[in-house]
Amino acid sequence: MTEQNEYPESGRVRARVIGTPPADAPIVDTDPIHAPEGVPGVIPQDPVKARKAERLVALLFLVTFLAGAGFIASYVIFQVGTIDKTAASNFALGGTLALALLALAAGLTVWVRQIMPKYNLVQERHDMRSDDGTREYVKETFVQGADESGFVKHRLLRRTLLLAAAPLGLAPLVLLKDLGPLPGTALRHTVWGEPTKDGKPRRLVVEGSGQPIRAADFNSPGGILSVVPEGYEEDLNALAKATLILLKFRPEELKSGTNLNWTHDGIVAYSKICTHVGCPAALYEQTTHHILCPCHQSTFDAADGARVVFGPAARPLPQLPIGIDEEGYLVAKSDFKVPVGPSFWERGDAEAEARENAS
Amino acid sequence: MNAPPKAIAGASTFVDDRIGAGNFLKRNLRKIFPDHWSFLLGEIALYSFVILLLTGTFLTFWFKPGMAEVTYTGNYAPLYGVKMSEAYASALNISFDVRGGLLMRQIHHWAALLFVGGMTVHMLRIFFTGAYRKPRELNWIIGILLLSLALLEGLTGYSLPDDLLSGAGLRITQGVAQSIPIVGTYVSFFLFGGEYPGHDVISRFYSIHILLIPGILLALVSAHMILMWVQKHTQMPGKNRTDKNVVGAPFYPAFMIKSGAFFLFTFGVIALLGTFAQINPIWLFGPYTPADISAGSQPDWYMGFLEGALRLMPSWEINFLDHTVTFSVLIPALVPLGLVMTGLALYPFLEQWVTGDRREHHIADRPRNNPHRTAIGISGMTFYGILWLLGANDELSANFHLDLYSTTWFGRFAIFIGPAIAYWITYRMCIGLQRKDAEVLSHGVESGVIKRMPNGQYIEVHTPPAEDIAEHIRGKQEIPMLESAEDGEGIPPKGARSALGRLRLKMSQAYGTDRVPLTDGHHEEGHEEEHAGVGAGDRKELH
Amino acid sequence: MIGTGISVNSITARRRHPLARVAVVALALGLLGGGYALTAPNGSTADAAIASGKADDVAQGKSLFVAHCASCHGLNAEGTKKAPTLIGVGAAAVNFQVSSGRMPAADAGPQAPRKPRAEWATDQAVDQLAAYVQSLGGGPTVPSAEQVDPAKGDPAKGGELFRANCIQCHNFVGAGGALTYGKYAPPLNPATPTQIYEAMATGPQAMPVFNDSTITPEQKRDMIAYITHVRSQVDPGGSGLGRIGPVTEGLVAWVVGLSLLILASIWITAKKRRAA
Repeated sequence: MTEQNEYPESGRVRARVIGTPPADAPIVDTDPIHAPEGVPGVIPQDPVKARKAERLVALLFLVTFLAGAGFIASYVIFQVGTIDKTAASNFALGGTLALALLALAAGLTVWVRQIMPKYNLVQERHDMRSDDGTREYVKETFVQGADESGFVKHRLLRRTLLLAAAPLGLAPLVLLKDLGPLPGTALRHTVWGEPTKDGKPRRLVVEGSGQPIRAADFNSPGGILSVVPEGYEEDLNALAKATLILLKFRPEELKSGTNLNWTHDGIVAYSKICTHVGCPAALYEQTTHHILCPCHQSTFDAADGARVVFGPAARPLPQLPIGIDEEGYLVAKSDFKVPVGPSFWERGDAEAEARENAS
Repeated sequence: MNAPPKAIAGASTFVDDRIGAGNFLKRNLRKIFPDHWSFLLGEIALYSFVILLLTGTFLTFWFKPGMAEVTYTGNYAPLYGVKMSEAYASALNISFDVRGGLLMRQIHHWAALLFVGGMTVHMLRIFFTGAYRKPRELNWIIGILLLSLALLEGLTGYSLPDDLLSGAGLRITQGVAQSIPIVGTYVSFFLFGGEYPGHDVISRFYSIHILLIPGILLALVSAHMILMWVQKHTQMPGKNRTDKNVVGAPFYPAFMIKSGAFFLFTFGVIALLGTFAQINPIWLFGPYTPADISAGSQPDWYMGFLEGALRLMPSWEINFLDHTVTFSVLIPALVPLGLVMTGLALYPFLEQWVTGDRREHHIADRPRNNPHRTAIGISGMTFYGILWLLGANDELSANFHLDLYSTTWFGRFAIFIGPAIAYWITYRMCIGLQRKDAEVLSHGVESGVIKRMPNGQYIEVHTPPAEDIAEHIRGKQEIPMLESAEDGEGIPPKGARSALGRLRLKMSQAYGTDRVPLTDGHHEEGHEEEHAGVGAGDRKELH
Repeated sequence: MIGTGISVNSITARRRHPLARVAVVALALGLLGGGYALTAPNGSTADAAIASGKADDVAQGKSLFVAHCASCHGLNAEGTKKAPTLIGVGAAAVNFQVSSGRMPAADAGPQAPRKPRAEWATDQAVDQLAAYVQSLGGGPTVPSAEQVDPAKGDPAKGGELFRANCIQCHNFVGAGGALTYGKYAPPLNPATPTQIYEAMATGPQAMPVFNDSTITPEQKRDMIAYITHVRSQVDPGGSGLGRIGPVTEGLVAWVVGLSLLILASIWITAKKRRAA
């Protein structure tokens, strides 16, 4: 630690720092704050200004002390529990913490800027590459080691080693298989197609309250309801595919895209799950009959079979065949005829298939 | 002080006796770090990462990454009795029932935004100053990896509280995963443990978020630092600064204190944000259900450009042989991210290929001095920026009463036209700034002194620029070009005979041609006449 | 409460009866013919007039209507090219539109914005106007003070319904959101409990209708309780940044956070220029 300007033991790093003490002086001797004048690259500060700065720094450090103490006091004083208490606690804890940190930061900055000397030291750089001798040495050592190991000469050893490594490399991937079941046809069905316990068609119920919906009650044109399948009100996996929006139209408003056989008295049910990437598409404008998805703004014309009128979605929202049971409540007559939600590789043109099956 | 205090000396001797730390310290204590404000931008990211580790650890003490349904009975009244996942309930608990919990949550989230923000501005600084050039290409690639991992880390963290907003992000992630050709359905089922949303994804994301990615990030950050340390920092051009030296302040004591101060500034500013600016108020969002969504559901800012790309895309999906490829998801999800990340990763090598430059560079370029690179960078930023803006088009539309579809249509055109315009403007600006530099060197700077000439002409006296500024300007380096000279028989060099070779040569010439060469400050006659109106008199003042 | 629901339903049901339309058209034609007949020939509308106010109010309302509304909605509220018919929209719709200043509309934008009330539109004038329109063809009535009292609602239950039915347009705290073609879901902050109720019951402008039989008056009151509770609640984490989610958060991260840190980095590294 005594020689500053030369590093005889390391050929590569020969950093020579101009302006540091002479080679024979101990480095720790040099108090940087009182660096001798006239050393190039180390420009001491004006002592008067430095003394002034010292007072400012001390003040800032004191502020940090007080704010830090305030933080601990706030932790004890301010309890949480209600939203107002939490607000007060957050304000007190955060305010004292921020003040403590910023005052300390400012103190250090003033210290380094106004008390420590200005530096303009120069250090040499060297090419990153090793010199040719070293490269040659490494190369020879590598070849020598490879020969000594016999890896090149013994072909059987080499090949069986590679063979041995292959299954081990695959093992971690194999272990991941049980992350999930295989998809099968799960994406093609929803719970609307499953029979209820008593074998009756499944009722549509209002999301949030779970009430079944009497068709005669849902009678205001321009009305909308978010609807879930009865019995699955809290099953998120089921809801991710089976949630509906239920819309009420005046009969003359419905256009040819809507399958009238699947409606009841101007009430139409569409899948709420956007065919783009699966957000619930539920912004409904009763004046234009547009259903807008808030995520990527795919827009569907609800009066015309929910065909796409704008945005990235490529397919209409699937329509659910609905009717009423003997008590007048809305029920699903069957499952969706096409898979709901975002596209997937195995999906194919399910709409065309459905049309063929229907005709 | 004549000798180190006993405590330090004793401990140092103990360590040095055992691991020989003295040799390392001897080489490194006075390592020189050049001073420039933009060299601290990366530290924003570094220190945010430290803060993320600290606050994140605090949060794990209370957070329960479970999707089992519980009934909320905590202190937030408007959700009392509501059924929700364990994860959401515990996140509410951290916010309202743990002292300092809300503050730590908010600091964690703000630090995450600044982590990626710091990385972004740091990367832009590196790009525009050409600091990725040899020998720093490896560190540049590590940086790109860090940025990509940070996006993934942000995505997994955003999903953990399992509120209605985070669930919307998760749903989009799932929709994108499902759309991948051939394997998409399997990817989705394996990720979510079956059908979306399943019961596994939160705990899986949790271990990815708190263990896997932070571990890799930590390793890469260390490598990033070590390489920077070994290669020494680049420096801005200036007096006595060359590719063979580094000028600045020593690590001990000056740079150490500066770094410490900047860590505290970073922590302080983030604490300030955590105190006075509410972030991710999960209690207002409600628990997640795939049936509901809020208007203005947005990702955090660093995912905004992907959101914008998805919004911009017109519908396009093809069916063939009973299979579906949905380009309206695949293109926006993969192309912009791929373009930006791959383009960034390859840029150092493409530039080398075009310029044929194999030298080491340690003097940073001023952005104006490499106009094509700067224009490419601004062009890329415009591309990103338009997608980013479009990611917020619903909020823009709602708050400034714009037509929603018009913003989309604007974006669909702007995404192609914007970068081109940005390229042209930036290029012209760089050339203009270079001219300004040349003028400062050759004519000096305006002194504000008006002088009347004997012939009645008024001139403003110019004074020579300050030495440091002049040296800074003179630090401009030539951009190398490929050899294009045909040999004596008119045969182009070997590499330039193929079509690709000719293109490369053309690009090289365009990239490297210096349109505004600097004069050395002494004036040829012709130059003087050109500016005679201003000239004549002030020359005498100068010399 | 249930009683109210049923009576409103029955009015609505009668209003939707095919014959009601014929009657209304006949009424409109008769009035156009020059007769200044005030008493409606239709039983249900007469009931409604009585239910919602005195016959004086209806007369006063009529003259207010002619003065301030008829130029767009037609002399007898039959509607014109500029504006829809108001027959059957009910007193709730009138109270909502006029008390929130949306009507009379200032100009033909994509959507009538909330603005300060017209000068003539005192509470009494709004009631009279509402009584007149109610007398024309029934429709949802103005809710009672009890029906919209947030203190009587259950905010947690209301929150679930609010998230299921409202936030997709109005955002998670009712900060509003964008719709197509320049339309927007307005912020709910300035809306009174009565206006929130009326908006659900009548579906003003692009908003869909949530009638009382599918979302009961109690459920509406729960939602009002949630909306008013959340909007008056402090933001424990500091400024709410407009409560519109990550967009403003990102903006603050860049504009405030990164800017402050860049200023700090400039301060730390700044050099004083030495005098030349």
